[in-house]
Amino acid sequence: MKKLLLTLSLLSLLPLNSLAETAEEKGLAIAKEAEQRNTGWNNSKAKMVMKLISKSGDTSSRQIRVQSLEVENDGDKSLTIFDEPKDVEGTAFLSFSHAQRPDEQWLYLPALKRVKRISSSNKSGPFMGSEFSFEDLSSFELEKYDYKYLHDDEVDGKPVYVVESYPTYEHSGYTRLVNYIDQKEYRILKTEYYDRKNALLKTLVNSEYKLYLDDYWRAHKMEMQNHQKGKATILTWSDYEFQTGVDERDFSKNALKRIR
Amino acid sequence: MKNKRVVAYAEWIIRWRWLVIFLSLVSVAAMITGFSKMDFKSDYRIFFSKDNPQLLAFEDMQDTYSKSDNVLFVITPKNGDVFTPDTLETLQWLTEEAWQTPLSTRVDSITNFQYTYADGDELIVEDLVQQPSSLSKQDLQRIGDIAISEPLLVNRLIAEDKGTTAVNVTVEVPDDPQTAEEKQAVMVIANFARELAQKVEQRNPNLEVRLTGMVMMNVSFPEATIKDLSTLLPIMAFIVVPVFMWFMVRSTSGVITSVLLNLFSILGAWGLFFYLGGYLSGPAMSTPIVILTMGVADAVHILVTFLQQMRRGDSKQQAMVESLRLNMQPIFLTSITTIIGFLSMNASDVPPLHDFGNIVAIGVGLAFIYSVTFLPALLMVMPVKVRSKEPKAYHWMDNLGDWVIAKRKVLLPSFALLSVGVIAFIPNNELNDEFVKYFSKEVPFRADTDYTSEHLTGIYNVFVSVKTGKANGISEPEYLKAVDDFSQVAETWSEVRHVETITDIMKRLNKNMHADDPEWYRLPERKDLAAQYLLLYEMSLPQGLDLTNQINLDKSSVRVGLTLYNLSSNELLVLEDRIYDWFNNNAPQYELDVASSNMMFAHIGERNIKSSLSGTLIALVLISLILMFALRSFKLGMLSLIPNLLPAALAFGLWGMLVSNVGMGLSVVVGMTLGIVVDDTVHFLSKYLRARREKNLSPQDAVRYAFQTVGMALTVTTIVLVAGFYIMTLSTFTMNSEMGMMTAMTIAIALIVDFLLLPPLLIKLEEKQHEKATTDSELAESTAS
Repeated sequence: MKKLLLTLSLLSLLPLNSLAETAEEKGLAIAKEAEQRNTGWNNSKAKMVMKLISKSGDTSSRQIRVQSLEVENDGDKSLTIFDEPKDVEGTAFLSFSHAQRPDEQWLYLPALKRVKRISSSNKSGPFMGSEFSFEDLSSFELEKYDYKYLHDDEVDGKPVYVVESYPTYEHSGYTRLVNYIDQKEYRILKTEYYDRKNALLKTLVNSEYKLYLDDYWRAHKMEMQNHQKGKATILTWSDYEFQTGVDERDFSKNALKRIR
Repeated sequence: MKNKRVVAYAEWIIRWRWLVIFLSLVSVAAMITGFSKMDFKSDYRIFFSKDNPQLLAFEDMQDTYSKSDNVLFVITPKNGDVFTPDTLETLQWLTEEAWQTPLSTRVDSITNFQYTYADGDELIVEDLVQQPSSLSKQDLQRIGDIAISEPLLVNRLIAEDKGTTAVNVTVEVPDDPQTAEEKQAVMVIANFARELAQKVEQRNPNLEVRLTGMVMMNVSFPEATIKDLSTLLPIMAFIVVPVFMWFMVRSTSGVITSVLLNLFSILGAWGLFFYLGGYLSGPAMSTPIVILTMGVADAVHILVTFLQQMRRGDSKQQAMVESLRLNMQPIFLTSITTIIGFLSMNASDVPPLHDFGNIVAIGVGLAFIYSVTFLPALLMVMPVKVRSKEPKAYHWMDNLGDWVIAKRKVLLPSFALLSVGVIAFIPNNELNDEFVKYFSKEVPFRADTDYTSEHLTGIYNVFVSVKTGKANGISEPEYLKAVDDFSQVAETWSEVRHVETITDIMKRLNKNMHADDPEWYRLPERKDLAAQYLLLYEMSLPQGLDLTNQINLDKSSVRVGLTLYNLSSNELLVLEDRIYDWFNNNAPQYELDVASSNMMFAHIGERNIKSSLSGTLIALVLISLILMFALRSFKLGMLSLIPNLLPAALAFGLWGMLVSNVGMGLSVVVGMTLGIVVDDTVHFLSKYLRARREKNLSPQDAVRYAFQTVGMALTVTTIVLVAGFYIMTLSTFTMNSEMGMMTAMTIAIALIVDFLLLPPLLIKLEEKQHEKATTDSELAESTAS
């Protein structure tokens, strides 16, 4: 009994290095741990500046606010409110993301004062003309992918697990993602996206991580480089707030019109 | 003095023949190592200099909006209807498979078209074709009708008669390829597409698949030229040249040495060209034939004299010394003028034509060097058998000389009149550079593209970028109205096949947002609404698509894309003016850019003629100076302008009568042929002068002497030149075939001018000078023409 306890406690110290573990199991275990560590934040609010950079170096910026609501055992709900450019100010986009089903989406156009539901099975399209697709921005859910641990590596001096993920959604735009997850905090530091013909399409680098509520890390800078088109998008996040007192009702079709 | 030096040189070559042969081989081997730097470019942009304004405008537009290199799979069901479950199933399969195309970023077809429609307050975006096998007749009819009424599809991916459709694969080809892998990108893509096309036909035998698009065009440039090289060059090198040489010299050793000499010149020229950083391109591929043609002339002159001397009883050595003594200077002179002529192509605005000129210039230089080193040395170590009799044909010339002298009073004015008549047709020539027509109809790209323009859509296009100058300015209702008005007007123009405009999308979204009420198929009337529609649209686009192919990054400009019927350069330039005029009259507040790849080709003809002209002038001045110096006569130097320039003028006149389309390859012909036709004049005039000066013959007798001595040689070299350039007309590359045809014509005419016009002119001029009696009005008249 003592021996068993000892073994168990040792195992818990090295949860990912048990002997008989396959690469798939280890990949899944890492993903589980990462998801585990990012559970319980409930809801959040933040501002974001999106900077688009063309191949020739021209830039263009948009400003939005994002509210998120954690949903257990499903994709999160998010509400995106556009502030700039001025012509689209007040436009709001509500999305219920799902791992293996099409997302549910509503758009409110203030100039038309109408909410439209958008039905599309497409998640691989670009978000607001950026290099981020909808599927890149929706919340991380365990069942979105199958996993395979590849090897250990380092990113900026931090030891990382390199884990390959294979999208489970049939209309995904990718064959696979390669995630670089830091071993200490289980934050994704870098992701490489491989397109349908398994060629490197984009690389995302997350940086300027800050800790909120003592538990939750949020990257404040996300740089997505499209290798095929030579374009890039930089997201800069600020003014993160957690547990702001919003609930389901604030993430509904009817709430969209009231958003300012 | 000079002769003595040549004799000493010749004796030196003969003494050290083995060394000379050895050094020749070493030098060729050294130059051949240049092939390790062999390089090719499969990109139509090589035809434009880096500072070409239309290229810059087009590149600027490609930087602002997204670039669009593509492969277009054009699919025709044999039963004439695209909208059957089988065909749609295959289309869907192809659409999916095409995503595997190397470097592809987007695949568009009627099956994956993001069909957007309203259902109450719901906006549904889905693939136009889903599960084809489950579609009923009515479904198929409905989908077909949606497709042909959708501005984004009809006349682009689906024909109005539903008989032909297409799958478009957008690829991102490296702008400035460096590595071997990047350079081969276009070929890798094209090969993938070809295999996929075959698989489609195997999968569904009811379908015919054709391939067109930018990638297929770019890959056709090297492919067509390599094919040319592998078919035309052997004809020339192993049939025309040996047969001709045999006819001229009747000596196996002579034929072998001249073929080797030319082979060395060709390989050496290419090797050096690669060393200097050159790359393979369509026009450059025909240089071996030209070098071969020019090199043969050098060999002929040396061999003919050499064998003549041996026939007279000289030893091999004596005969060779005498041959070099007699031929060194004329060959040197004609080589120099030929080199100058080909170098004049450097003034052209089309870089591959520089390469063409430079490679030939190097080759001609090498041919000269090897003809006075390797050729005599090798002949010294080979068995040379001489037949006792001269070929009979040599004597035909005497009769021609007599006839020309007898009829000179008729020949001169009638030739002058005829020339004026032919030259009057020069203005008939119309500049035209249509890149599809650069390929002959046997090239699959040309055939498939012709089919596509007949049955589905055009490959020619023009992009119009309409700029507001203000970020997000494109949502202004006034601006959208201007763009829409223009798009609608352009749609009615007979040259225009399809108009791609963001305003169509705006109207459709407005309708969608009003529950698909057709009443609302119109532009939004408020700026913020338009901007919000754009945002909605942007959010609904599928992977690989974004607004930047129509709207620039800061949303200050919109690009309207016009797909055109096949237009000539002139028609395209007229269209360009009409676009500018429309905006000047209707929306002058917006700045405009008009560009496209075929716009570049439309302008190149005119630009190239202007730039080539200066090169031709320089060549003309240099060559005339050399002639005056060599003939030691200012008067004859000036006179030589007539037989040197008249042939090109007559050839362009004939072209104007018979063909009248002038592409970019033709503008360099004048400079190029100048260096060649001048050779005939040099040979004829120098023999004439020798008779006048050394033998003190009368002008008539001097003409007779010239006919006797060089008449046959000139005729036969002209035949081989014409044959060589005529072989170029078999090229699958129109630029080469037209250049070959025009050059062949010019050279043939040059001989006629030298035989029928030059002698009467000479006699007229010299008699007058000699007798100082007759008036010169007649002559002035004929030279003025």
